[in-house]
Amino acid sequence: MSDRLFVATRKGLFTIERGKARRAGRWAVTRTHFLADNASIVLPDRRNGSVYVALGHGHFGVKLHRSANGGRSWEPCAAPTYPPKPEGVDDREPNSGRPIPWNTELVWALEPGHRSEPGTLWCGTLPGGLFRSRDRGASWQLIESLWNHPKRREWVGGGAELPGLHSVCVDPRDARRVAVAVSCGGAWLTRDGGASWEIRAQGMRAAYMPPERQYDPNVQDPHHMVQCPAAPDVLWVQHHNGVFRSTDGAASWREITTVKPAAFGFAVAVHPEDPDTAWFVPGVSDEQRIPAKGNVVVARTRNGGKSFQVLTKGLPQRHAYDLTYRHALDVDETGKRLAFGTTTGSLWVSENQGDSWETVSEHLPPVYCVRFA
Amino acid sequence: MPHVTFTQNIQRHVSCPETEAEGRTVREVLDRVFAANPRARDYVLDDQGAVRRHMVVFVDGRQIRDRTQLTDPVPADGEVCVMQALSGG
Repeated sequence: MSDRLFVATRKGLFTIERGKARRAGRWAVTRTHFLADNASIVLPDRRNGSVYVALGHGHFGVKLHRSANGGRSWEPCAAPTYPPKPEGVDDREPNSGRPIPWNTELVWALEPGHRSEPGTLWCGTLPGGLFRSRDRGASWQLIESLWNHPKRREWVGGGAELPGLHSVCVDPRDARRVAVAVSCGGAWLTRDGGASWEIRAQGMRAAYMPPERQYDPNVQDPHHMVQCPAAPDVLWVQHHNGVFRSTDGAASWREITTVKPAAFGFAVAVHPEDPDTAWFVPGVSDEQRIPAKGNVVVARTRNGGKSFQVLTKGLPQRHAYDLTYRHALDVDETGKRLAFGTTTGSLWVSENQGDSWETVSEHLPPVYCVRFA
Repeated sequence: MPHVTFTQNIQRHVSCPETEAEGRTVREVLDRVFAANPRARDYVLDDQGAVRRHMVVFVDGRQIRDRTQLTDPVPADGEVCVMQALSGG
């Protein structure tokens, strides 16, 4: 069970730990890192205890730092960079018509590679490029097979003005099998370690498209995709207009319409051993990105989406307008502890699968990413 | 030889002491500076080698025009100032 959390926010990175002795069971901020800097994502690498954090400096660009000692000290490492844009390439975001910058605008996904590849990391970015490091972040290579795929040119921005790759799922059974999800460009799978890719969003529905395009895999906006480590053929997606589940390794997706109180949201977490148990933090709708009735709730299913329980104990149920972003809900490796953080700087932890929640803080900067060490 | 200075705000992230560097264009001057201080390069230039969107470069008080190729000329005794734009927040 993990006693430590890392929380990446608009104004720095925070270590949160479970107290011992007199403070047993109470979670609190124990260390701050990069205060006032914009930390878009954090990765505690459970394979070796390293921690990676991506900073997005408004003026100076995206930078990566790593720690070999759980965050006590940091060193800069390489940030993923795009290759020179070839002369004459007309690469534009279809909605705005603006040129796609071949430049890392944001690190939006950071995941460890397979256990058999201890130095490998995966990194998703705006404007949509996927990168891999083989040397713990000392260098990065753009996965050109996906970047140069003709369908990549059709990807559009979602909430951001540029498309972004925010989810990377490495199959625990096979290091070569990696699924990624893109806003907006559906879900993609490689079965050969990134040499080739196929789109895997069959069954997802895009309510924001005209009827004849609603099931087009490449227009789908999965907000976040997660994979059950013990049953990797099961994946869950919190999508722009619904929740979808796959039980065949992303070959097909089924819409789950039973989510309460709403099907809109960004975050999803799946139990590490039980593919039927998953958690969501819903908002009202894409046009109203606030909790329904001002009540912060977590929706949990234990039966693969047949039904949901709305969990409220310990969460504010009056005039609360917290929104939870896609990387800001996490479950620990036992499946017992959960944590989520919000745009208004609240952070809650549960030690009983969401039955009840403890408030860690209501005064953090806007939270982008919450992860158990 | 051109004289190069950097915004104070960059110093919190990477040390960029003022320096002198040979060169007839902004590109030549900055290439020399970054050859001696490679970590600073990515703080000023983007992946394509252009000036970052929210950075600005002045030569003798005039903002450079070519932010992509950095071809603006630099006099032998020119003053090159690498600053941050107010737009970056």
